[in-house]
Amino acid sequence: METATKKHSTPKTSVKMTGAEAIVKCLITEGIDTIYGYPGGAIMPVYDAMYDYKDQLKHILTRHEQGAIHAAQGYARVSGRVGACIATSGPGATNLVTGIADAQIDSTPVVCVTGQVAKHLLGTDAFQETDIISISTPVTKWNYQITKASEIPKVMAKAFYIARSGRPGPVLIDITKNAQLEEFDFEYEKCTGIRSYKPEAEVQENQLKAAAEIINQAKKPFIVFGQGVILGQAEKEFKAFIEKTGIPCASTLLGLSALPSSHPLYVGMVGMHGHYAPNKLTNECDVLIAIGMRFDDRVTGDLNTYAKQAKIVHFEIDPAEISKNVKADAPVLGNVNKSLVKILPFIKENKHESWMNEFKKLSTEEHNIVINDELTPKGNDITMGEVIKEINSVTHGEAVIVTDVGQHQMVACRYSEFNKTKSNITSGGLGTMGFSLPAAIGAKMAAPEREVISISGDGGIQMNIQELGTILQNKVGVKILILNNEFLGMVRQWQELFFDKRYAETPIMSPDFVAVAKGYGIEGRCVTDRKNLKAAIKEMIDSKEAYVLEVKVEKKGKVFPMVPAGASVSDVILK
Amino acid sequence: MKEQLYTISVYTENNVGLLNRIATIFLKRHINIESLNVSRSEIEDVSRFNIVTYITEDQAKVVTKQIEKQIEVIKAYYHTDDETIFQETAIYKIASDLLFDQREIQNIIKDSHAEIVTVARDFFVISKTGRRQDTEDLYNQLKPYGIMQFVRSGRISVSKNKMEISELLTNI
Repeated sequence: METATKKHSTPKTSVKMTGAEAIVKCLITEGIDTIYGYPGGAIMPVYDAMYDYKDQLKHILTRHEQGAIHAAQGYARVSGRVGACIATSGPGATNLVTGIADAQIDSTPVVCVTGQVAKHLLGTDAFQETDIISISTPVTKWNYQITKASEIPKVMAKAFYIARSGRPGPVLIDITKNAQLEEFDFEYEKCTGIRSYKPEAEVQENQLKAAAEIINQAKKPFIVFGQGVILGQAEKEFKAFIEKTGIPCASTLLGLSALPSSHPLYVGMVGMHGHYAPNKLTNECDVLIAIGMRFDDRVTGDLNTYAKQAKIVHFEIDPAEISKNVKADAPVLGNVNKSLVKILPFIKENKHESWMNEFKKLSTEEHNIVINDELTPKGNDITMGEVIKEINSVTHGEAVIVTDVGQHQMVACRYSEFNKTKSNITSGGLGTMGFSLPAAIGAKMAAPEREVISISGDGGIQMNIQELGTILQNKVGVKILILNNEFLGMVRQWQELFFDKRYAETPIMSPDFVAVAKGYGIEGRCVTDRKNLKAAIKEMIDSKEAYVLEVKVEKKGKVFPMVPAGASVSDVILK
Repeated sequence: MKEQLYTISVYTENNVGLLNRIATIFLKRHINIESLNVSRSEIEDVSRFNIVTYITEDQAKVVTKQIEKQIEVIKAYYHTDDETIFQETAIYKIASDLLFDQREIQNIIKDSHAEIVTVARDFFVISKTGRRQDTEDLYNQLKPYGIMQFVRSGRISVSKNKMEISELLTNI
């Protein structure tokens, strides 16, 4: 460690304390005010130390460690700060793994602290010993096992620096019990640099000029933006860039809310269940400008037929993403909050009206064939889309929408209106069912002034439904919408389309969700009839406390448009 | 794009767990590592990995970037065989009586320019440094007489072109 961190000159004061107390001090110094976790044997000294710092560090007892890390993720994604969670060794640590993998693939800054058996027991298969360092290695940005107290300040400082800088990600710090109990002279200085780690490259002028030349000459340019805009807090810079260039732009799943959905240049979402026009026209643009996104396969479909006609300009912070999936003709390395500003002087002001009209034409087609029926259905069954539309009409795009994974997620992301950034919290890369409820808890605690709506299907809600207990105990005012179609809907849709309607294990029974909510002291209501929908949603939003609204929706609804797996984006189907 | 041998050279901090972190990058992509060597480097407190693997250049690029992305990796490079000077060392343990009973063995050792490392009552050990084919040839020549133990090191290599690693570190 000594060789790895740069010297930094802040005044130091050394105080004698235990490793456990030092951990708590480090968390507080790094700005953590809320930590999600679950106690257990190997982490007990830290819990004991936390007991004395209740006024500075609020601990939220979740009902499962997976709930703890998803809550920390939700907290991080809404606040733009580092989320934190804590668990014991063995099962406590392994229960975090899904959330760690989720945070890694969706670039969420989280610091996880896990207890570990004492150093002399390492490798003996002691009670609740598990090699969480090896287990978490492929899914963490960095991890480290502390075996003596004196390592704590430097390692913790490094952990926070790594989690939040550059392309953010999860860091796991495993601390043996002896290190928690040892006393040492504590002094803390924040980490400001690591010689082997360069969080973001300085933006190169030659790259900017090369990119600008391609953009200036483009006849049919098209922008796809991702979460990099939000993580770089570059929403304003991004808006200035698109408004000067006049280029139509589409969002990835995680980029949603970086730009208000009502913006005239916004043409929708790309990807497997994205909008028709941006998918289709990806293969007709002459320049594709990717901004803070990573060409996930759910965005590109078949790579061999993805935007082959176009020159690719890629603004990206992570060098490993450049030309990983799609070869960049003009890469612009660096944080988009700098590159998008620095490129402006080289960019000509422009408008692309007739090109924009092509998007509008295809959008009209999508409205006629898909959207109108989804949002104003003629049948008796309630569609997922009309529920989202009703939410929009009450929240006016001001709410934080936290979705789970599956059909409801695609529908919510397609139809939710967003006026504010950091309003779309979803498990994109990993596709973790059970994400929404705990993530919404963290989101609400990070932004208590905002309306936070957790949207789940009847499958996903049952994966972490125990977190209703966390809501009960902490009085977290999240609104919980369950779109119940009595199926694992997305898998059912694939079975219908690609597996000969053999509905293997997709019909799913659910408990009486309203009764379950009631058991947890949470108000709830179930809507089966359209005529009650509007009032129920209003009642949910108006509630000052947590509220569960179950809506029984169309059982065999399908999400369209759709780019079938492995197909080209331009082969997107409308029905 | 054709697959060929690439040597990936990685300069790193000397930390527990980094080997695992680098290995998982190959494992995740189902790429087999042909040879691996870790040692100190020309820079104090900096370790150097030499990883040899049979992949395409596109894969080499991606893997090198993924390795470099790891926090404790200072810099990673990939090179073809033509761009490097490389060697491996093999050692062979052979029963001592063969040395006296089989005159031919003495000729093999002499002709191969192998080095006798040690001679004990029951066995002797020779070592041979060179390219894979050289150590392989010696193995094949000795095999009919019986080899008690054989082991070969990972490839060690230096690039013909300069790597800007030292300047990189002094600039930090």
